[in-house]
Amino acid sequence: MTHTAKAPPAPAQDEILISTRDLTKHYRIGGGLFGGPARVVRAVDGVTLDIRARETFALVGESGCGKTTLGRVMLRLQEPTSGTIRYRDTDLTDLGEGALRALRKNLQIVFQDPFASLNPRMRIEQILAEPLRSHGYGTPAEIRERCTELLEMVGLRRQYLRSYPHQFSGGQRQRIGIARALANKPDFVVCDESVSALDVSIQAQVLNLLGDLQDQLQLTYFFITHDLSVVRQFADRVGVMFLGRLVEVGTTEELFAHPQHPYTMLLMSAVPRPDPRRRGEPRPMMQGEIPSPMNLPKGCRFHTRCPFARDICRAEEPMLQTGGGPAVACHFPLEG
Amino acid sequence: MGRADPILSVRGLSTAFSGDRGNVTVLDDVSFEVGRGQIVGLVGESGSGKSMTALSLMGLVPQPQGRVSAREILLDGVDLARLDGAGMRRIRGGEMAMVFQEPMTSLNPVRKVWEQVGEPLAIHQGLGRREIRARVLEMFELVGIPEPKSRLDAYPHQLSGGLRQRAMIAMGLICEPKLLIADEPTTALDVTTQAQILQLMRDLRDRVGTSIIMITHDLGVIAEMCDVVNVMYAGQIVEQADVFDLFERPAHPYTRGLLASIPRANEPRAGRRMPSIPGMVPNLAKLPPGCRFAPRCGDAMPLCTRAPELAALGAGRSARCWLHAPDAAQPLEEMP
Ligand SMILES: Nc1ncnc2c1ncn2[C@@H]1O[C@H](COP(=O)(O)OP(=O)(O)OP(=O)(O)O)[C@@H](O)[C@H]1O
Ligand SMILES: Nc1ncnc2c1ncn2[C@@H]1O[C@H](COP(=O)(O)OP(=O)(O)OP(=O)(O)O)[C@@H](O)[C@H]1O
Ligand SMILES: [Mg+2]
Ligand SMILES: [Mg+2]
Repeated sequence: MTHTAKAPPAPAQDEILISTRDLTKHYRIGGGLFGGPARVVRAVDGVTLDIRARETFALVGESGCGKTTLGRVMLRLQEPTSGTIRYRDTDLTDLGEGALRALRKNLQIVFQDPFASLNPRMRIEQILAEPLRSHGYGTPAEIRERCTELLEMVGLRRQYLRSYPHQFSGGQRQRIGIARALANKPDFVVCDESVSALDVSIQAQVLNLLGDLQDQLQLTYFFITHDLSVVRQFADRVGVMFLGRLVEVGTTEELFAHPQHPYTMLLMSAVPRPDPRRRGEPRPMMQGEIPSPMNLPKGCRFHTRCPFARDICRAEEPMLQTGGGPAVACHFPLEG
Repeated sequence: MGRADPILSVRGLSTAFSGDRGNVTVLDDVSFEVGRGQIVGLVGESGSGKSMTALSLMGLVPQPQGRVSAREILLDGVDLARLDGAGMRRIRGGEMAMVFQEPMTSLNPVRKVWEQVGEPLAIHQGLGRREIRARVLEMFELVGIPEPKSRLDAYPHQLSGGLRQRAMIAMGLICEPKLLIADEPTTALDVTTQAQILQLMRDLRDRVGTSIIMITHDLGVIAEMCDVVNVMYAGQIVEQADVFDLFERPAHPYTRGLLASIPRANEPRAGRRMPSIPGMVPNLAKLPPGCRFAPRCGDAMPLCTRAPELAALGAGRSARCWLHAPDAAQPLEEMP
């Protein structure tokens, strides 16, 4: 094995690897020549978050709540509207192109769709070599060696280096996407719905692979998903997002055993249970529709769907209480 | 629920496609029944033939590449296998209707919702516009669309995903079909919306007595909804059972593997690694000889190079596995 690229120094036990402070990303739509008045989508709307080295932090929430946007803004694949992002000792927020490029190899992303994210005209070897080459990994022979190593690391045989993406199944393509993300030995990996498109038997294989690689390579995962079952079985900590904000953050067990935000509780009770004996059990159900991120209600943004909303909830927005234990943005958190 | 007189009885359904690389059989000898007022599940991984089963029953398999044959497909005593194109058009959307996964792709974006939802009434019952509009309003109320009157003149993009799916279900039910086939009706929806739609379908069965075929890859949805389940693998039914038997005493090693590998939101993490089924689903053009699951099966034995039949195990159960063949009979163990 040749390691031309230097691995990042091992972080201390409880070290914060990535953190955001009041991070926002607003999209302005319309307002062009014919677009009518400009409207603002508050996709990410003030997220403060610390991600610890080597943990799996899951971000859950319903479609459109801003998960993908947060993941991309954190890596500065998209520019934030305001707020800050820190990676180790570096403030990423205003980092120039050159310095950001050099850091890129530590900060990677694995996408949802294993079909769309691989160039169909490239052989697997080219797909894996590209990030290596662009970060000056080494000689062509060393690059070839590393490609083989990467492929074997994700459980695929080296013969496949000559194959094209269409010759692989969904699970295999997702493995290739993972190998590509890990090519330059990153320490922080955003997994955006990386197993959501896979069948359960294959999903378990890929999750096991991600877990093994995390142990071997000391990876930190920011694991974006809408699937709470996967979260419970895979994540160390969880953040629940609703309309651009985190409404609750806690360890996986705390959060699932004692959800404090009504939204967290309703989300969990909606998951179909693979246990027919429990089908008759009454369960709380969310009513109504999610408000539009272009037109947020006053007060708590969840109050229009919250079965427990009172006057103060319609007037004042609760803030995420941080510091130590579980954090919840609710005027009347549920009893633990 | 008369087991003796099912609303649907499918015997020996096989579907094949001819293409540039020869014939591919995508459904092989599929037989099952739907009792009156029952919800019957078809579950299996991607490509196992769930949608193809639905399309074959509906007479919607693409022609001329696709060829469908069956010994019989009795819908309330009428053999659909003997109907011509015109005969099937009279059944489709009338006595037998289908709801698809993605309501957006099955709705016309430039026609008002009520016209589309009411279209089967125009086709099958020749009603006029005023009567149709009134019936659509009733259906919108039945499927729980809030402010139904104001939604009649909406266009599809003006409705949320959940409301569009409710509208599609309204369209499926508008001619009071004897059988509703729902193909992944909630897969594209958020969990909270999914819970509402599943509840709606259960209610419809309870109140109106609709018989439903529920197609899904989600064993949680199966456990919440179904009375009887058919497990599909590589174009064949490999196990049939009452929902409680299926979850508590799965007979086929594939069913056991599936049940073991689903992540569970209602149980703490079991360990670092999740059980998974090794290998992957076979290519239908290059099937292994004998049992199609044998290459991935921990219980495979020399006998498995011969193809097992779907054999009855008593009490409405069958399995396609040599472990349960009459002369190799083994007791069914409880799941741990
Ligand atoms: N480029 C863009 N321009 C305008 N609005 C956008 C853009 N990208 C995302 N949005 C909006 O921002 C909000 C958050 O979108 P985002 O994709 O981050 O959500 P998500 O939580 O990842 O959803 P999903 O689970 O469906 O992937 C949505 O309302 C979305 O429509
Ligand atoms: N037009 C076609 N020509 C040839 N093969 C086809 C055609 N349409 C589908 N198939 C094949 O038929 C098989 C069964 O497909 P089907 O759509 O029924 O799977 P499914 O169980 O519904 O999967 P999913 O969960 O992905 O929807 C697949 O192997 C598919 O590739
Ligand atoms: Mg997303
Ligand atoms: Mg399908």
